[in-house]
Amino acid sequence: MENIEQRVKKIVAEQLGVPETDVKIESSFVNDLGADSLDTVELVMALEEEFECEIPDEEAEKITTVQQAVDYVTANLK
Amino acid sequence: MSKRRVVVTGLGHVSPVGNDVATGWANLLAGKSGIGRITRFDASDLACQIAGEVRDFDISQYISPKDARRMDLFIHFGIAAALQAVADSGLDDVAGLDKTRVGVNIGSGIGGLPLIENTGVDLMEGGPRKIGPFFIPGSLINLIAGHVTILKGYQGPSYGIVSACTTGAHAIGDAARIIQYGDADVMVAGGAEGAISRLGVGGFAAMKALSTRNDDPASASRPWDKGRDGFVMGEGAGVLVLEEYEHAKKRGAKIYAELIGFGMSSDAHHITAPNAEGPARGVANALRDAGVNPDDVQYVNAHGTSTPLGDANETNALKLAFGDHAKKLVVNSTKSMTGHLLGGAGGVEAIYSILAIHNQVSPPTINLVEQDIDAGCDLDYCANTARDMKIDVAISNSFGFGGTNGTLVFKRV
Repeated sequence: MENIEQRVKKIVAEQLGVPETDVKIESSFVNDLGADSLDTVELVMALEEEFECEIPDEEAEKITTVQQAVDYVTANLK
Repeated sequence: MSKRRVVVTGLGHVSPVGNDVATGWANLLAGKSGIGRITRFDASDLACQIAGEVRDFDISQYISPKDARRMDLFIHFGIAAALQAVADSGLDDVAGLDKTRVGVNIGSGIGGLPLIENTGVDLMEGGPRKIGPFFIPGSLINLIAGHVTILKGYQGPSYGIVSACTTGAHAIGDAARIIQYGDADVMVAGGAEGAISRLGVGGFAAMKALSTRNDDPASASRPWDKGRDGFVMGEGAGVLVLEEYEHAKKRGAKIYAELIGFGMSSDAHHITAPNAEGPARGVANALRDAGVNPDDVQYVNAHGTSTPLGDANETNALKLAFGDHAKKLVVNSTKSMTGHLLGGAGGVEAIYSILAIHNQVSPPTINLVEQDIDAGCDLDYCANTARDMKIDVAISNSFGFGGTNGTLVFKRV
């Protein structure tokens, strides 16, 4: 079973169309991985799907890096 | 002031008979049908279970998979046809091309119907949070033009016309006028459709507009034949590069044909049933715009959808517009092989008309076994076998729901 960080990185790579090796724990979706505002909305939806959770909009806005996504999922995983 | 002349310098096409222009044209001349049983979804509970599906199409040849995932199929087809047409025209190799003078007008009749259908299900099942951020830009009709301008850096007019099955013809005719008027020197223009989904096929089937010859798909589209029982849905896109004549000549572009006329009209009659005067007036307007007489025309790429009413009506309309000369025309329906591409029809059929001129040959109208003379379908429809012939002037007819008509006139250069 892959850990949370691996699963998050895999989704980020898939959604943003970048090689998984480019996705670092400190990567910023917009600044490092070329995401635009619509990409980040879709990315959050994909995370919700993968981890079977609901991320409220005000929380989603704060998730701008891989680390923040991993932290959020870790803290909120059922 | 004389009108600026508009010529065709590039062709691009994705259709049930081929995913590029050369393949599609070869299949048309060989009389090969692109119609088959629907494979994309389970159609077993629909009255119509056949369509002209585009097969083996790979959008990743044109754009990244990431971008492709965020657009519905009609946009894929439109982008592919547009990029083919641009490549064919050699525009990419023109040093110092003024991209502020290049525009795009590619329409669609219905747009992202499959995506709308699927998103509707997501909404019903999962609530509004399940609506993706790319639902709207992935289904909007003018987003073919939007993507092409972004991909190629074209900064001229960008739009898409919507007029049901006349969409492609209207887009091309209107784009030519943009060039004539002086708003652009080059226009990438045509139509696209990708509406073969349960909702799309089910919708047209509910109107009883579709053939239900499910046991013999290849013979289901049979314009002017006694056994015709409705049209067969197709999908794909046809896109032209239109260019101001001097602009094309100066850069030594290959010129397929000149677009010399465009005419429009409205039946003002009924949402779906046709009348003969409307299309006849559209044809007459196009010939007048072209400055040609009826007897200058040799080839008609007909709307010819294989519906009982429509085929007879178009024949009557041609007789009204051409008088005695109607009998001397070759009236061809390539829909007998492609099915009806709806908003894409005017695009691919403009290409077929241009290639008929360019190669001096009419494709066949296949499945024309017993011509429906009783219904007045007594013209020369180029039945079943392609025919070498002299073509100086060809017209392409498109008629759409709402009673909207468009005719394009092409001339040999």
